[in-house]
Amino acid sequence: MMKKRWLNLGFQLSALVLALGFTTLILLATKTDPWQAYKYIIIGSISSLRKFTDVLVSFVPLLLVSSGLLVTFSAGLWNIGVEGQITLGAIATTWVLRLLQDSSLAPGLIIALAMLAGMLGGALWASLAGALKTYGGVNEIFGGLGLNFVATALTLWLIFGPWKRPGIGSMSGTEPFPNTLWLPMISGFRLSLWGLGLGVFFIILIYFLMKGTYFGLRIKAVGKNLKAAYLLGVPTTRYLMLAFILGGALAGLTGAIQVTAVYHRLIPSISSGYGFLGLLVAMLVNFQAIWVAPIALFFAALNIGSIQLPIVLKLDSTLSGVLQGVLVLFVLLMDGVRQMITRRSGGAS
Amino acid sequence: MHLLFIKQMNINLNQICKHFGKLQANDHISLLIPGGTIQGILGENGAGKSTLMKILSGFIQADEGEVILDGVQVRIHSPADAIQHGVGMLHQDPLDFPPMRVIDNFVLGQSGGLFPDWKSVVDEFKQLSEQFDFKLRHDAYVDMLTVGERQQLEILRLLWLGAQVIILDEPTTGISALQKQKLFETLKILAGRGKTVIFVSHKLEDVENLCDRVVVLRQGKLVGEQLKPFNTKNLVNMMFGKSIALEESKSHSTDRIAFELRDLSLEEERIQIQNIDLKIQAGEVIGLAGMEGSGQRPFMQACAGFLRPVHGRILVNGRDMTGMNYPAFKRQGVGYMPASRLEEGMIPGLTLSEHFILAGQQEGLFIDHDQWQEVTREKIRDYNIRGKPESPVESLSGGNQQRALLALLQQPLKLVLLEHPTRGLDIESVIYTWGKLKERCCDGAAIIYTSSDLEEILLYSDRILVFFSGKVSAPLSARGTSVAQLGNLIGGKDWARIKTGVGVTA
Ligand SMILES: Nc1ncnc2c1ncn2[C@@H]1O[C@H](COP(=O)(O)OP(=O)(O)OP(=O)(O)O)[C@@H](O)[C@H]1O
Ligand SMILES: [Mg+2]
Repeated sequence: MMKKRWLNLGFQLSALVLALGFTTLILLATKTDPWQAYKYIIIGSISSLRKFTDVLVSFVPLLLVSSGLLVTFSAGLWNIGVEGQITLGAIATTWVLRLLQDSSLAPGLIIALAMLAGMLGGALWASLAGALKTYGGVNEIFGGLGLNFVATALTLWLIFGPWKRPGIGSMSGTEPFPNTLWLPMISGFRLSLWGLGLGVFFIILIYFLMKGTYFGLRIKAVGKNLKAAYLLGVPTTRYLMLAFILGGALAGLTGAIQVTAVYHRLIPSISSGYGFLGLLVAMLVNFQAIWVAPIALFFAALNIGSIQLPIVLKLDSTLSGVLQGVLVLFVLLMDGVRQMITRRSGGAS
Repeated sequence: MHLLFIKQMNINLNQICKHFGKLQANDHISLLIPGGTIQGILGENGAGKSTLMKILSGFIQADEGEVILDGVQVRIHSPADAIQHGVGMLHQDPLDFPPMRVIDNFVLGQSGGLFPDWKSVVDEFKQLSEQFDFKLRHDAYVDMLTVGERQQLEILRLLWLGAQVIILDEPTTGISALQKQKLFETLKILAGRGKTVIFVSHKLEDVENLCDRVVVLRQGKLVGEQLKPFNTKNLVNMMFGKSIALEESKSHSTDRIAFELRDLSLEEERIQIQNIDLKIQAGEVIGLAGMEGSGQRPFMQACAGFLRPVHGRILVNGRDMTGMNYPAFKRQGVGYMPASRLEEGMIPGLTLSEHFILAGQQEGLFIDHDQWQEVTREKIRDYNIRGKPESPVESLSGGNQQRALLALLQQPLKLVLLEHPTRGLDIESVIYTWGKLKERCCDGAAIIYTSSDLEEILLYSDRILVFFSGKVSAPLSARGTSVAQLGNLIGGKDWARIKTGVGVTA
């Protein structure tokens, strides 16, 4: 057992090395000094407290989304609709904030209600994809994609229509909320400890949920063999829906945090691609909750670290995206190789 | 075509070893199989038969030892490799079929041509299929087929791919006596044409009827070899290290009605069943006999709540359950055990212990792993499963998976529905398992089960329903029926002399 674990780790590490190698080749092909690029990424992410807190700002949404995706992945679902769920979370949060901002309620309460609304919005959007799948027989990938488009359209309509700024609507989003309605920040930084706390809380929650509870085991059973799970007595439809709802709620919370702690308004691309990035993280960790936080942190560091690449190296900042994508591909590839090798000797067919 | 080629292949396995962790599944096994013969492989559950066959057919690799085909030592790295060498294997559990058409599956794995010549492939398929009297439709979807039909498809495919050696790992459990007869005839013809057939089975009489030579494995070692004619007693002794006798089975039938079908009519894609009236008493055992695909499966599915009847009523313990779903039936004490173990019965990737947790009662939010470990150990002991609580179910041998499935049925039950309950079990375990099932009858459960083994049907049932293309006989008393009579009915003969559909309580 122990040996197997080391073997797996070995394969994952070699995937990392290969991904770095591949990205290096790309850099060389574009006549960029790879060492310089990597150096600037590292400097750009951890050289100062300010930068490191920026990494954490990017880490929080990634962590939340990935935790939710871990649940849907375990249930055997490709929750592509996660981007739309983030967006709907942001919309619901904005809606409640707008509704209550002039009321006499305590600001703390308003923020809490708005974030709850965000979770509900995400969960609702996810349960639509879930209902399409379980009752309508629509594959969750197609349902999710469709709902993503609808969510984007809805955001644009709101920003340029009913929620437009006084005067004219603009791509910069809705009118910013007063800072009494912001999640409290560490002064001088963009980071909200509340957001970070929620992220950490939920990944721990999901870890124990998936590892130690009946709920987690049933979700896994549904994901691995729906028919057998049903025969063994698991109410499969209910658990599929629950997985969607839980994943959606966490995506919705991500959207809520983007509104209350980062942008303080609704902007057109409020999900910022965290949904898709979260899918990459979830694929990388291969159902193991314990790895979500480190991988999400690494990805966030790449995101922030590569921001200054265009300035210093005239290199597009999407380099981090290349590295992240390539890494996932190589990990999947090495996993295939590992399975081929262990099947040969283990015979688990 | 290639069936006409006369080419023989001698197989020589030399000192094959394979271990899984501490377990020595194959321990220095040496075996010589001359071409054109039918080689039987016997051994109790977990003896290492499938492991040895998987090594020969490239699914797994031996730790040590050589495979020598026609004097040439070969390394077989994959099933595709094996078929290149002319070795094809029919799996014990024909699983992992993607949802495609029969004919697509048939051409799958064919080398050469990018575009199959569909017309000639379909013709060849039909021709082959006819030779065995298999009722496979080339445009049917594979996931709609029964286990038996999937096995048939695999046999055809291997023959078509030009296998010189055909390995069959327990092929007879899913198919009817008649189909079995056909299969045996065909295998004999194939052997006559120089093909080598390796036949793994628990059914001694099958092996004795079919094979030219037999080896016995026990705890990973080759412990004996016999040539035709066989000495049954001796074989059993080699398999189990003791002699085993079948015992007369006792009836626990009471006069309380546990289950009732009133004028039930069912419709499924291929088959219609009409107007069944049946009352089953608590403690009674009802055997369903008939060829695969004659209507037993929809019947069972209706009894479990998967299939809604088009007409009539279903009563469990006097309560009308018509139109309810499986979870409702389950809550009423109806248990169902499917035939395909790893596809419908269990969840590959999860451990034995996790299966018992899933099937068991939830207590609190968190799983008390120690407690469930203990529960699992008890079940393992109780059902004689060779495995540990933390063993993934796919690592168990076929027979042990079967025992685990039986152990997973909840306790107590009012009605137990079993598809091929002793499929893949060795003789000792069959007896043991029926002992366990009859204990349930003692506690008042009624059992309905299917089996392709007529002797089993006659030995363990109180009454028998015979299915023939959607027709269902009135319950026959097992005491008053012979194997020959049953065989005729299954084949569609003698139906004029019995009543159909109308249930008479015994
Ligand atoms: N992949 C695996 N990992 C761990 N143990 C395994 C694996 N495959 C087989 N075994 C073990 O090896 C032993 C032999 O298994 P094998 O499947 O060869 O038995 P068998 O003779 O075919 O039994 P059966 O009649 O029940 O099918 C069993 O104890 C089984 O649990
Ligand atoms: Mg076996």
